Amino acid sequence: MPNAIATRQGPYVAPSALVRVLPHAARWVLRGDSSVMATAASTLGVPFVERPCQAAAQSDCAALWLGPDERLLIAPADAQSELAARLQTALAGQPHSLVEVSHRQVALEIAGEHAAVLLNSGCPLDLHVSAFPAGMCTRTMFAKTEIVLWRTAEQRFHVEVWRSFAAYLSKYLALAAGELAA
Amino acid sequence: MSQPWRTPAGGRINRHRELRFTFDGRELTGYEGDTLASALLANGVHLVGRSFKYHRPRGILSAGPEEPNAIVTVRRDAARVTPDLRATEVPLYAGLDAISQNRWPSLGVDVGAINNLLSPFIPAGFYYKTFMWPRGAWRSLYEPKIRAAAGLGRAPEQPDPDTYATRFAHCDVLVVGAGPAGIAAARASAKRGVRVILCDEQPQFGGSLLAEPSASTALIEGQPAEQWLSASLKELASLPEVTLLSRTTAFGYFPHNFVGLSERLTDHLDSVRPGQPRERLWQVRAKEVILATGALERPLVFPGNDRPGILLAGAARTYLNQYGVMPGRRAVLLTACDAAYRAALDLRSAGVEIAAIIDVRERADGALPEAARRAGLTVHSNATVVGTVGSQRVKAIRVARLDGSGAPQGSIERIACDALLMSAGYTPSVHLFSQSRGKLVWNDAQQTFLPGEPAERTHCAGACRGVFGLAAAIEDGRGAAARAGGDVSGSSKMPEPAAGEFGGILGALPQPAGKPVVKAFVDWQNDVTSKDLALAAREGFRSIEHVKRYTTTGMATDQGKTSNLNALAIVAGEIGKRIPEVGLTTFRMPYTPVTFGSFAAYTRGELFDPVRTTPTHEWAVRRGAVFEDVGLWKRARYFPRKDESMHAAVQRECLAVRNGCGMFDASTLGKIEVVGKDAVTFMNRLYINSWSNLAVGRCRYGILLRDDGFIMDDGVVARIAEDRFHVTTTTGGAAAVLGMMEDFLQTEWRDLQVWLTSTSEQWSVIAVQGPKSREVIAGLVEGVDLSNAALAHMGVAHGRICGVPMRLFRVSFTGELGFEINVPADYGQSVWEAIYAAGQAHGITPYGTEAMHVLRAEKGFIIVGQDTDGTVTPHDAGLAWAIGKSKSDFVGKRALERPAMQSIERKQLVGLLTGAPHVVLEEGAQLIASAQHRLGERPIGHVTSSYYSATLGRSIAMAMVRGGRARQGETLYVLADGQPVPVQVTSPVFYDPQGTRLNA
Repeated sequence: MPNAIATRQGPYVAPSALVRVLPHAARWVLRGDSSVMATAASTLGVPFVERPCQAAAQSDCAALWLGPDERLLIAPADAQSELAARLQTALAGQPHSLVEVSHRQVALEIAGEHAAVLLNSGCPLDLHVSAFPAGMCTRTMFAKTEIVLWRTAEQRFHVEVWRSFAAYLSKYLALAAGELAA
Repeated sequence: MSQPWRTPAGGRINRHRELRFTFDGRELTGYEGDTLASALLANGVHLVGRSFKYHRPRGILSAGPEEPNAIVTVRRDAARVTPDLRATEVPLYAGLDAISQNRWPSLGVDVGAINNLLSPFIPAGFYYKTFMWPRGAWRSLYEPKIRAAAGLGRAPEQPDPDTYATRFAHCDVLVVGAGPAGIAAARASAKRGVRVILCDEQPQFGGSLLAEPSASTALIEGQPAEQWLSASLKELASLPEVTLLSRTTAFGYFPHNFVGLSERLTDHLDSVRPGQPRERLWQVRAKEVILATGALERPLVFPGNDRPGILLAGAARTYLNQYGVMPGRRAVLLTACDAAYRAALDLRSAGVEIAAIIDVRERADGALPEAARRAGLTVHSNATVVGTVGSQRVKAIRVARLDGSGAPQGSIERIACDALLMSAGYTPSVHLFSQSRGKLVWNDAQQTFLPGEPAERTHCAGACRGVFGLAAAIEDGRGAAARAGGDVSGSSKMPEPAAGEFGGILGALPQPAGKPVVKAFVDWQNDVTSKDLALAAREGFRSIEHVKRYTTTGMATDQGKTSNLNALAIVAGEIGKRIPEVGLTTFRMPYTPVTFGSFAAYTRGELFDPVRTTPTHEWAVRRGAVFEDVGLWKRARYFPRKDESMHAAVQRECLAVRNGCGMFDASTLGKIEVVGKDAVTFMNRLYINSWSNLAVGRCRYGILLRDDGFIMDDGVVARIAEDRFHVTTTTGGAAAVLGMMEDFLQTEWRDLQVWLTSTSEQWSVIAVQGPKSREVIAGLVEGVDLSNAALAHMGVAHGRICGVPMRLFRVSFTGELGFEINVPADYGQSVWEAIYAAGQAHGITPYGTEAMHVLRAEKGFIIVGQDTDGTVTPHDAGLAWAIGKSKSDFVGKRALERPAMQSIERKQLVGLLTGAPHVVLEEGAQLIASAQHRLGERPIGHVTSSYYSATLGRSIAMAMVRGGRARQGETLYVLADGQPVPVQVTSPVFYDPQGTRLNA
């Protein structure tokens, strides 16, 4: 019986005023048709949404629309194995791909009055609340890294980034946040 | 007395705050709100620079971005030195230190001015014509000498200490230019409630209104202009969806209404807080763009028109009204349009004597000339200036009457003056419109190019489309806003311009017959004269683009803002064509120079590119690992012990793996999860291998070709379930392989039910390799039988290690018994440390990429990109065994079947052993067949990998050699420093060819 139990350690994230690291989460990339997505939504307990670039969230779970046949599923880390089993059971028999990516990426929260402006230091999208309202999500670029951007409230964004790019993204944000203090 | 040329009152400067500054070391004072140019003029300093080619003394010509003469270096501190700034755009701050350029030893006494005397021998195209012979001297002598004498300003010598910000922005309406038309357009747009950005290069909004005298009686919408301006700006500032950007130049107009703005944040401040960004680059995507960029006044072309003290009439008016500075005490106005009379009238009101007004037109009878006459000013119409007097400041001008044919005639009158104001008329600023690829159309009535059909959602307003005059500009601004808002009812028809007010003339003023000896400048910054242009035309240049390159007219940093139309008119006149037939040179971004810092913004230093690190990176750093860059990744190359050389460390690491156990971070390998009912079909179509017969729980070495049959990537592929493959790729190839897979899936094989997910970063991969590796991990692993019988070479199993889930691969890139432990990435470092601790009893040794390279080379395993170069087939690499022979197709199969691709004469992978065991060949070295190398002899191969193998106690190498496999046993030669080194061709597998060790 092994005596060493491994501990979880996320990637380095540079500290800055508007940015915080969100807790570890369970994540899956789900691919399949809309009946697959509907099944997953009900398993996760989130509304079934087919609108492009729309996140469906309920309590701590979310399904982010990333493509016509692609959702990023996010759930609390401690529910990972239980939810994985339930998703597999519920989706059995339907053509789909469910791949766990919990550790592939890390989530940052960018919040505050200047959150959108800070993101626009590297993200070319129109983040005006009329163009990118709360609940909208998309896979996009921030400077030289890919991110998934999800606006969870008018002044709050949830950003998913691959773990090896987290240092780059957070250092860039920290530097750009200095400008907003100016 | 300080600032003797300052008016007693007036202007938009803050007279309560005096600022000290220096120019060429001389201490001077100015006021807050001054530019460097206005402050210099307030001190009577007109000589501010030397011209580029002839080193002629030059003064301040303009008051804006078009300035060709007053080019200075500003030094804030040792590192913050900015050359080639236009003094007319440099905001004054306390302690500003400005230095003139292009002179030695000083501005007053400049040795380079000898060029002016030699100028008859330096015609247009001088360099092309003169430095032709001897040919070799160009590189060794002429070019270095010319380069040393050329160049404008000096590049800063220290790294730029400033930070630069960058921001993407979107808006419904971007208004460029905050003069009357731009402000009216912004207000009208903002009233619709849409998002508006209004930018202007000046510190204050107002444009031409800023040059109006404070006592101006002009009315806008029934309000005095000044009141209208402040009320408008207040209203705009109060609106949340309106962004006002002053000190912000729209420098480039790119496709799809993407406009680059450069905002200057700190250059006007006395001191700068550390970290405060100096500039901000705005990348704006606008639904509609309204250009209200105004017009630039043209200088007149006549002999001696470049002396200090000669400036544009509008600039003189700006200096007087905006800055409270008199450009002289006794001025002459030389004009070809009515508008310039305002300068004379305003200067006269301020107490400047107007010695004369010379109007080159036959008649000057508009409202403004009449007003001048009523004010008692002497107006000579149908006259011209044929020369100027003075050296470092104009002292007098020489005036002649024009005869019926428009040529100077009769006696020449000398008029003393210390300032000459000139105006040839106004040129609409169509730079941005032209950059947007909008068509420019020649307008005969206005004698200028005006915006025609736009290529983008662009609307022009005011003087930039030839609509002059305050009321008309306001009306036009509102009209543009209406059109931008989709209101097509309003007409975009142009109001008729007031005849003669702004139009003026183009080209050179008429000169007395005979050979002109005095220069009449067209392009001040590049020292191009009317004579140079005439010469180019005589020498056969017809296109303005060619004339431009030959004479360099319009090619200076001012991009010919003041010179282009005059040059065009002169060339057209010389070759007897209409101006539009001669063409127009291209307007290129940037409108005015933009700093490199602003383009780079945050993307410098450690943020130049993302630095990707693996989960065990911190551990490796603590262990003193030396890293190498692999793509964006930092990979541990070797782990030196105290004072250990790389060579020694790599040998030690290799021997540890062969004799005991080593551990290696393989996390950077690309990983793709291929899932779906048709996963096996997809893999069969893509890779050369056969996958149908790969059992669940087994792995296979897969090879991926491009369509052309050459190896693109390789990696171990595990079948996790019937419908699920765990595909690995090379570190560098991960993104390209996923892209290629998606491409086929989305475009060719849409019928397949299979999906791809990158899992490269989901898994941390720890390779534990060596005869002791099973013993090392046995105590940490749960749920997997590690015995050779249960988990043979190329097997994969699920279980747990250190209590966390694991995919365990029994694979080996070293040739030893080995495992690759995949754990979720956040557990990577913790599991790594646990294995390292458990391995202490077995002498576990972390090894880096260098030892990995040696170990795999001992086994003859290729590295894609090192032993292959994009022209290597599986046959060439000795990997034909991997091809699924029974498969009907796979990517690259057709190309591979071409006979030439199977020729045994192609380069094939072989091993090489040197005669002397300690000689390590150079990678990339060429192979020849005989020791007597003849010049021009084609090499028959090249070395791809070469190392010293501690395991074998000798050097080894891999090579691609023509017909190599048939040459085994032959002696070939590798050229090392020109000397042939004999090598024996062998199998590329140097160690354990039977594979007994990895099957242990």
